[in-house]
Amino acid sequence: MSATAHPTTDVPPSTGSTAVPASPPSSSRRRGLLGALPPAVVLVVLAFVPFFLAEDPTNILTRILVFGLFAVSLDLLVGITGLPSLGHAAYFGVGAYTAALVADHWTPSAPTPVLMAAAAGAVAAVLTGWLAVRSHGVFFLMLTLAIGEITSQLALQLDDVTGGSNGMSVPSVRFGSEPFDADFRIAYTYWYVLVVFVIAFAAMWLIARSPFGLALRGIRDNEGRMRSLGYTPFRYKYVAYVLAGGFAGLAGGLFAQVNRLVSPVDAGFALSAITLLALVLGGAGTLWGPVLGMAVVVIVRDYYGPDLNGHGPLVLGIVFVIAVYVLPRGFAGIAGLLRTPRRRRDRSIVPGEERAA
Amino acid sequence: MADWFDANLVSILNGFAIGSLLFILAVGLSIVFGMMDVLNLAHGALYLVGAYLAYSLLDGGATWGAFLGALGLAVAFGLVAGGTLSVMTEPLAKRPILDQALLTLGISLIVAEVLSIIYGNDVYRIGAPPGLDGSVSVAGNTYPLYRLVLIGIGLVLAVVVWLVMERTSIGALVRAAVADREMVSAMGIDNRKVKIGVLAFGSVLATVAGVLGGPVYGVRPGLDETVLLLALIVVVIGGLGSIKGALIGAMVIGQVDSLGRALLPELASFILFGALALVLVLRPQGLFGPKKVAA
Amino acid sequence: MSDGLLELSGVTRSFGALTAVDGVDLSVPVGARHALIGPNGAGKSTLFKLVTGSMPVSSGTVAFDGSDVTRLSEPARARRGISQTLQHSSLFLSQTVERNVLMAAQRRPGGSRHSLLPRRQRAARDRVHELLTDVGLAGRSHALVSALSHGERRQLEVAVALACEPRLLLLDEPAAGMSPAESARLVGLLKALPDTVTLVIVEHDLDVVFALATSVTVLHLGKLLLTGTPDEVRASSAVQEAYLGTGREALFLDGPASLDVSRPGMEVG
Repeated sequence: MSATAHPTTDVPPSTGSTAVPASPPSSSRRRGLLGALPPAVVLVVLAFVPFFLAEDPTNILTRILVFGLFAVSLDLLVGITGLPSLGHAAYFGVGAYTAALVADHWTPSAPTPVLMAAAAGAVAAVLTGWLAVRSHGVFFLMLTLAIGEITSQLALQLDDVTGGSNGMSVPSVRFGSEPFDADFRIAYTYWYVLVVFVIAFAAMWLIARSPFGLALRGIRDNEGRMRSLGYTPFRYKYVAYVLAGGFAGLAGGLFAQVNRLVSPVDAGFALSAITLLALVLGGAGTLWGPVLGMAVVVIVRDYYGPDLNGHGPLVLGIVFVIAVYVLPRGFAGIAGLLRTPRRRRDRSIVPGEERAA
Repeated sequence: MADWFDANLVSILNGFAIGSLLFILAVGLSIVFGMMDVLNLAHGALYLVGAYLAYSLLDGGATWGAFLGALGLAVAFGLVAGGTLSVMTEPLAKRPILDQALLTLGISLIVAEVLSIIYGNDVYRIGAPPGLDGSVSVAGNTYPLYRLVLIGIGLVLAVVVWLVMERTSIGALVRAAVADREMVSAMGIDNRKVKIGVLAFGSVLATVAGVLGGPVYGVRPGLDETVLLLALIVVVIGGLGSIKGALIGAMVIGQVDSLGRALLPELASFILFGALALVLVLRPQGLFGPKKVAA
Repeated sequence: MSDGLLELSGVTRSFGALTAVDGVDLSVPVGARHALIGPNGAGKSTLFKLVTGSMPVSSGTVAFDGSDVTRLSEPARARRGISQTLQHSSLFLSQTVERNVLMAAQRRPGGSRHSLLPRRQRAARDRVHELLTDVGLAGRSHALVSALSHGERRQLEVAVALACEPRLLLLDEPAAGMSPAESARLVGLLKALPDTVTLVIVEHDLDVVFALATSVTVLHLGKLLLTGTPDEVRASSAVQEAYLGTGREALFLDGPASLDVSRPGMEVG
């Protein structure tokens, strides 16, 4: 009878015996270097953009980075943790107003306003997230929607502080006591945004790949099983919600400093909606996909918007409907299809598992 | 107390009028929600379609013919829209709930934009049909008759919906499906047909609410979002799929909104959302929602 | 209270008028290999859920390692060392095999805090590799779970459950749907577990039960019918009657020869 036992079971599993090397370290390191190549190339190209792009496209790219950062923070929530928020713009708005107030009343010197914005976004998420994260499914959708609307209503009504529907103007960014040189203002603003974007993106990318990030994916895929493994999903979801709120606040703070005008629309449902569109377009759960998705959205809305007589939302609505059908995993899905067709087929057996809550 | 009541009677009546309208909207949203797990974010856009229909037909003169014509067109449009929504969301039924919500969001963006292309960005007033456009005296206050009629319609509809839900086999089916979504297919009923029926019913309620609300609230771009949000709050407070919850939630929100604006204008929104937060802290599933939703 | 690792007293669970588990008293000592058998609907799976905490008891107490855990949540009980495999596959379908096990292995017993930065997690990964080798999935560690066969998923379930470093391991029909070779391997793996892991197993395949168990509890209609050694249970007329009532008279006709776990043909629904 003992013959049926597998030889390796002679070692009691719970003792955690000697290491079994998973793969030769050198090959994994080479793969890591190869994997780091595309982001490095993209980063270098982005760094030199102001030297070869005109001012208008540079401005658009600045906006793409700002809203792209916001989209990544939403992806941390929707794609990684499986919490489909319809009101994430609330934290963007809180960040934007905080940065505006800090720049106005305290100092416009980078990076104080954006750091305060990130803190304010996180605090707002601490206060509201407790309520939202307790709920599930459609209830979560509705609660987050309400949180977003409350925030933009607040911005509208507290007009002593926020300027109401007229919004608030924001002093231009300074480094130390120096404002940006007027001739190169657009380029400097771009670099400032790029630096913040890269740092924040790297932070979120690391979080998504950390043990904590793996736990978040586990909760997204199968919350019940996580509970039986000894995880308390609420805590993880709450922390993820607060982190996402903090990064959204950071993006909002950047927006305030770049746009130099903050109004209640910037905390409203429309922003949450187009950002979700960016996730659908780019592929939720990949972090980089939503940035590409946001690029499309910003270009349609801000660049071609004037040519569409202000009916950019019509185009976005149509893109939205089409994207939901034909791009279940977004641009990232297409990229995955090109790179590893077999893996993609395996995944498609369980469509939805990737994002299901 | 009597003095206070007297002084705020108009606000209280206004609250009931808003409540009636919200009830009509929220019932549709709540049933679609509770039965089909579809968060229909196009619900507000459908209301807007109804309101613009009323504006188009009543602009040339507020006649009964035009008013009833608008109602008829609203019903027809609602049926078609509900069927279309049902067919469009069907391929996404197995996908995460967010995908269906996003689809309806995209549709609502398109509908709202098309309406703003047709009607521009102006705010329009809509006249009440003849005979209802005057005012009456209620305990010494003059009050628009049409709003009283709207309250009446809301109450009648509440009774009708209650009777349908409690006394008919369709109502039994709806209740069973809200309690346990597997039930519909387990009973051997074609889920798709039920879905078309439910979404058509919900959409008709939204477009009809648009026509009915027109003479009170007029019509303007962005009204869809306001209306959708209020209806969602009603559903959250009342509980998913609960008719009683929708009625009580709608009346509470109507009063909070109306009295809040009259008594504490600068705090109105806070009170509204404070009420929402309070209910959710105490009863995450809403006042009358099934327990499992919050589990 | 005696000094069993798991002590159930008067554990009851009702669903409306139906009482699925009815006043069960059970003591499982440290190191036991305890089997829970009974006809379908006897309340075995419900009893498991009451022990793990995924379902609250209607009345009665559940004690683990000398302390009352009746009011503790499922994650809290899991952190004390209660682990399980579920009757229906419950894995993380969009993740690789390796990550499924890592999900359990990265959570150290007692703790639940996790780094926000990537870690090599060398110890946890080694442990994962070792477990995957044990259950026979070493070659599949980078496959997605959605690409695994049914039998492979069951094996993975066991690896995930063991990765929690459980003190009490509850196995709900671990061999269901496995080939005879696969279930033989499973029995071997379970037999080789150290005494620090206490096993409670629900299984319809009595070959597996009698190959593993040192004590057997028979549940019938939510009530505890009998607890004893495998031989006592086999000899009990009450047990035979419980099974006879549901038309499974052939179950106990085999002698000790049925310990040959690789023999096919003994599986019952």
